[in-house]
Amino acid sequence: MSLWRIALRSIQHRLFPSLLTMISMALGVTLVVVVLSVHGVMQESFTSNASLGYNMIVGAKGGKLQLTLNTVYYLSSPVENIPYEYYLEFLTADQRDREITTAVRVEAEAIRQAMAGFDLLGSPAVGLAPASLLGGMIAEQALERGAARHLDRGRPGKFAIYTEFALPVCLGDYLGNFRVVGTVPELFERLRYGEDSEKKYAFKAGRNFQRHSEDHGYFEAVLGSTVARELKLKVGDPIAPAHGSVDGHKHAQQFTVVGILAPTGTPNDRAAFINMEGFYLMEEHAEPVPTKTESEKSADGDPATADGGASVEPPVAAEQPFVLPRAESSSIPLPLEQRKVTSLLVLSKQRGALSLQYLVGKGKDAQAIFPLQEILSLFTFIVTPLQRALLFLTAMICVVSGTSILVSIYNSMSERKREIAVIRALGAGRSTVMTIILLESIILAIGGGLIGWTLGHSLNAAASGQIEEYTGVSLGFFDLAPGLKMGDLFEMASTSGVWEWKISPEVVVLPALILLAIGSGFLPALSAYRTDVSRSLGS
Amino acid sequence: MLLLEGIRKSYREPNGARLPVLDVPRFAIGECEQVVLLGRSGCGKTTLLHVIAGITRADAGKIKFDGRDVGRFSEAGLDRYRAAKIGYVFQTFNLLPAFNALENVLLGMTFVRGLKDPERARRLLDRVGLAHRWHHKPSAMSVGEQQRVAVARALANRPRLLLADEPTANVDPANQQNIIDLIRATCDEDRIALLMVTHSNEVAEQFSRRERLDEINQIAQAHGGAA
Repeated sequence: MSLWRIALRSIQHRLFPSLLTMISMALGVTLVVVVLSVHGVMQESFTSNASLGYNMIVGAKGGKLQLTLNTVYYLSSPVENIPYEYYLEFLTADQRDREITTAVRVEAEAIRQAMAGFDLLGSPAVGLAPASLLGGMIAEQALERGAARHLDRGRPGKFAIYTEFALPVCLGDYLGNFRVVGTVPELFERLRYGEDSEKKYAFKAGRNFQRHSEDHGYFEAVLGSTVARELKLKVGDPIAPAHGSVDGHKHAQQFTVVGILAPTGTPNDRAAFINMEGFYLMEEHAEPVPTKTESEKSADGDPATADGGASVEPPVAAEQPFVLPRAESSSIPLPLEQRKVTSLLVLSKQRGALSLQYLVGKGKDAQAIFPLQEILSLFTFIVTPLQRALLFLTAMICVVSGTSILVSIYNSMSERKREIAVIRALGAGRSTVMTIILLESIILAIGGGLIGWTLGHSLNAAASGQIEEYTGVSLGFFDLAPGLKMGDLFEMASTSGVWEWKISPEVVVLPALILLAIGSGFLPALSAYRTDVSRSLGS
Repeated sequence: MLLLEGIRKSYREPNGARLPVLDVPRFAIGECEQVVLLGRSGCGKTTLLHVIAGITRADAGKIKFDGRDVGRFSEAGLDRYRAAKIGYVFQTFNLLPAFNALENVLLGMTFVRGLKDPERARRLLDRVGLAHRWHHKPSAMSVGEQQRVAVARALANRPRLLLADEPTANVDPANQQNIIDLIRATCDEDRIALLMVTHSNEVAEQFSRRERLDEINQIAQAHGGAA
């Protein structure tokens, strides 16, 4: 009869306490698996979300972390806005002129259409031009003059030479509990996601929104996958964002869902994207027209004019901008001077980042931050200690599980002294009875470990849908907890060689836990080793 | 085959003093010989068997088995000696409750290198009349049946010497004779020497060689048979 069988029979004989020990071990391993999975998912999700596709955020001066949380994760309370002109300063001369001209023409065209009604009153027979044509021409000229005074054309934006691209983002509204993001359609074409920023945004249904479409005008929306699922929205559904907060009043203006993003595991899954032009046209989104007194103007000391254009400050109107009275029509885009943006997502040119940060920060309104730096410090100050706490918890679980085996076997030793003495009397050596006890702890540890592993991975598999939804990290039944670099796992600072290898902590921690449990059988095994056969037989 | 010379054994008492229990100037058992050892409770019978089996070491003296000095064996050597040469039937049977009858018998040969013979274990159970109860655990057996399994286990390793420590003390009178007969017959058949300890004169009278431990053990003599 093998020693394994003797150990197994002994466990079977003490089935209930053995089962309790095994369950304790299994629960310990389950917790370890879950904790390691949470740890790994946090790490992987962080790494993945840290690849934003852009490297800078330009926003209002204030808390850097708040700006990051707002822009990257759509969290925290809304931040101040910055003038739309900042956005234009990141564009090339062509892009900038196009923005200004398009805005002027579209608005003039809209005014022309609005005045078409007056044509019915005038008569071409008397040699007068139609009111619509006349009105449109006057409007366009007036707007051009206004824009020319306000925004000088024919030059690149001041930050354009440092910029690959800049995408405006307008925040503040909500759709259910989710943030509404007013932006441009290029967002989904320019940005990438995934650990190496290699994945393009794809649409699960429908298409990207357009700046202006025949069917829905300026009012198209694209939903993140989570938003669509939780609010049960599909392509073609109308949505009406709430102003300012989750409980804010609903805007009268509705948007039509034209596309639903495929899940990305990024915060964008939990956002509703609407056309920025439509965003501006919702009530209370237009900024009041800035008016300045002479004294205010001189107090500003506009450096744009003072130092021959070397300033980083966007140009401020030298005089009152021309403002047409706006019809309450959703077909006229908001004039540029009445627009603001919450932030700009900027990818700087390779060597332009620091210059850009300095130049933007020199102005009084805006700052340029590196979101990755903010995320990293957030991770270092909050998430890393949390992860350490989780690892400490794991270590404690290991110790508790090991101790439960120790206590269970050790407690049984006093009642087993006679049994051990009989086995010794039958010719078993000290090391043999010691081995039998160690085999028992191996069976309990491995049995409990397997049950715990299965249970832990079943929990992971059961929650895999939600985990993937929230973090983008896929975790099936047979997937080990996401890998960590060896250096991180063993807290080694080195960034070369084996410390760069990525391994799942389960590969290290679970065998270690089982070894610890086996090791905890050593004390009772030693007690068996020292059993006084003669005395125990006589007892 | 077995020769004890000048064997002394004492135990340490809680107050640190030594309590002598054995002082056997000479005792021998021949090949295939069956010896009964009579003595009252507490006269050192079990201690003597433990010394012979190598379960405990004597403080002084020589134990020679087949001419080899058992007292000089290492710990592991004593284990091997016990596993290969000695069979032991305990007064309280000492079957392991976790194992069935067959496994208990197999346990008797587990620690002898190269001896793994389940068929022999079955034959032994058959010989003690329990072939049909091989899968029963001790808790499902009567006292007499348990002692018969204990006898089968003691014989499993083909011992040269069977030590039986009051094997019928816990067995009902109806089964006592059966157990004695079984042990003696099996030892006869397998040419195994037998040293049986008893305090029953009835049992002792069946043996041609009867020894009184009160006479062999000088400590017991000194205490007037009260040791």
